[in-house]
Amino acid sequence: MAKDVMIRLVDVTKQFPGAADLAVDGLSLEVGRGQFVTLVGPSGCGKTTTLKMINRIIEPTSGSILIDGRNSLASPAHELRRSIGYVIQQIGLFPHRTIAQNIATVPMLLGWEQPRIDGRVAELADTVGLEDEMLARYPAELSGGQQQRVGVARALAADPPILLADEPFGAVDPIVRTRLQQEFRDLQERLGKTVVFVTHDVDEAIFLGDRMAILNVGGILEQFDTPENILANPGSEFVESFLGGERGLKRLGLLPVTGAELKWGPFVDVSASPTVARATLEEHDVDWLGLLDGTRLLGWVDGSSLDGRSLVDHEPRPFLVTLSSDSSLRTALDAVVTGHARVAVVVDDGVYRGMLDLESIAEEITE
Amino acid sequence: MILAQQTMPLFDWSWVGRNLDTIWDRTLEHLRLTGFALVVGLALSIALAALALRKPRTYEPITAVTGIMYTIPSLAVFALARPWFGIGFVTAEIALVSYTLLILIRNIVAGINGVPPGVREAALGMGYRDGERLRRIEFPLALPVIVAGLRIATVTVIGLVTVTSLLGLGGLGFFILDGIRRSVIFPTGIIVGVVLSVALAAILDLVLLAVGRILTPWTRRGAV
Repeated sequence: MAKDVMIRLVDVTKQFPGAADLAVDGLSLEVGRGQFVTLVGPSGCGKTTTLKMINRIIEPTSGSILIDGRNSLASPAHELRRSIGYVIQQIGLFPHRTIAQNIATVPMLLGWEQPRIDGRVAELADTVGLEDEMLARYPAELSGGQQQRVGVARALAADPPILLADEPFGAVDPIVRTRLQQEFRDLQERLGKTVVFVTHDVDEAIFLGDRMAILNVGGILEQFDTPENILANPGSEFVESFLGGERGLKRLGLLPVTGAELKWGPFVDVSASPTVARATLEEHDVDWLGLLDGTRLLGWVDGSSLDGRSLVDHEPRPFLVTLSSDSSLRTALDAVVTGHARVAVVVDDGVYRGMLDLESIAEEITE
Repeated sequence: MILAQQTMPLFDWSWVGRNLDTIWDRTLEHLRLTGFALVVGLALSIALAALALRKPRTYEPITAVTGIMYTIPSLAVFALARPWFGIGFVTAEIALVSYTLLILIRNIVAGINGVPPGVREAALGMGYRDGERLRRIEFPLALPVIVAGLRIATVTVIGLVTVTSLLGLGGLGFFILDGIRRSVIFPTGIIVGVVLSVALAAILDLVLLAVGRILTPWTRRGAV
């Protein structure tokens, strides 16, 4: 077990000089290798202080922090920081350096050869989705979203095993924010980094984290668990109120549609005989019939229009709500409700997987 | 009763033609006195600003003392410095340098303190050591403000150097002094001294503006 812990906080306390109250109170926390942990809580809960103690921008008053088994005080602070990626809300790009030079910051500090730096910069631009022509520009010439991508690329430049993020998406507009969150999550999964991510936005914490640590004012750890477990069983009244309303819906947001039991529904192959078609309608007690061509979804036909003709002769209509199997149950519910549809069909690349109706979603909620 | 008042023409071009060499020499003297004061002033200011940045409590006393130096009239400085340094170069430069300190120190400190906190924090988080961060991140970003201070200091010093001719150090003030001291005022000398020192100030100001812009290309590329 110990070997898999990347960051271990042991009874860490921080009291700022002149402050009466503790900023962080005896916090112990373990972050596994490759895990994405979000620190979330209201202002004054010490989440940012906790993060900054990991890369020693703030030094703890007492307690110890182990990075990959080594005490963080064992080497000089600047060396430790070069081995930990750091992304902040203000982004903090260096305005006087081009994008390429910004990304190259840590490799330059580590004294890499120029060709290696150039190669790494090009690779990272690709990783975070920056076009090559942006590399020669200055930060002021980029949009907020692009700047934040550069911030992430810069943090990843020397391939640090750990990435610390302090509300990195707090200042970008909501649409870009959602996209950046998705990209950041994908990136973390792809690169296997250990991430500690501070946010005050509980939905962001739920969406991003493998585990979330909920902190209360004064740096008290209220609960540390997977978002699913926390939503299902809030450990305290504080956690419950902090999670806010719609806890059930938020939990649905974490469950993939494939987590619910998909029904096969009244679907038949287009080659089926009219008799089979009518039997299927009766069996499911519905007035519509889904048509498949092998595994491929064709659409649906109205039950009343079924006459003696072969099914091939009917023009199938498209389903109002189609989802892919990586969509969340919350998306499915929302689609069904706003689309006034009775069912949502799950289709991956044209292949029919099954269908969901309100009943099957409701079953998940009550579970 | 003056019957035939001897009048001088307002501007005598032939005098200029006859004295081109002297004018050139005086201009160079003026530049030397200015340049020396700026180099020494800048060096002292960087040292004092570094101290003020490292130990913020020292900032107030430093600006208080240099502020007093800034308000002492240059003639008073000459008088005060004379017992130790006599009448000459050192005394002149003490006066000139003391005028640059307040402007330069204030601008250096303001420039460095004006670096956005996020930039400073990012530099810290990336693993810059204090000295590296100051030299490679904060100082370049403070350049526009520092150069602005240097321009004011330069223009101020060029004006003051004309006064140092009182100490017999030459410079363009020589012509002005000479023009006033003659039994009959000699406008050509005064005009040459004034116009050239103003021109020098304007040219150096533009040169520094240009140098500043070349050193800070990022400031001119705005948002997309």
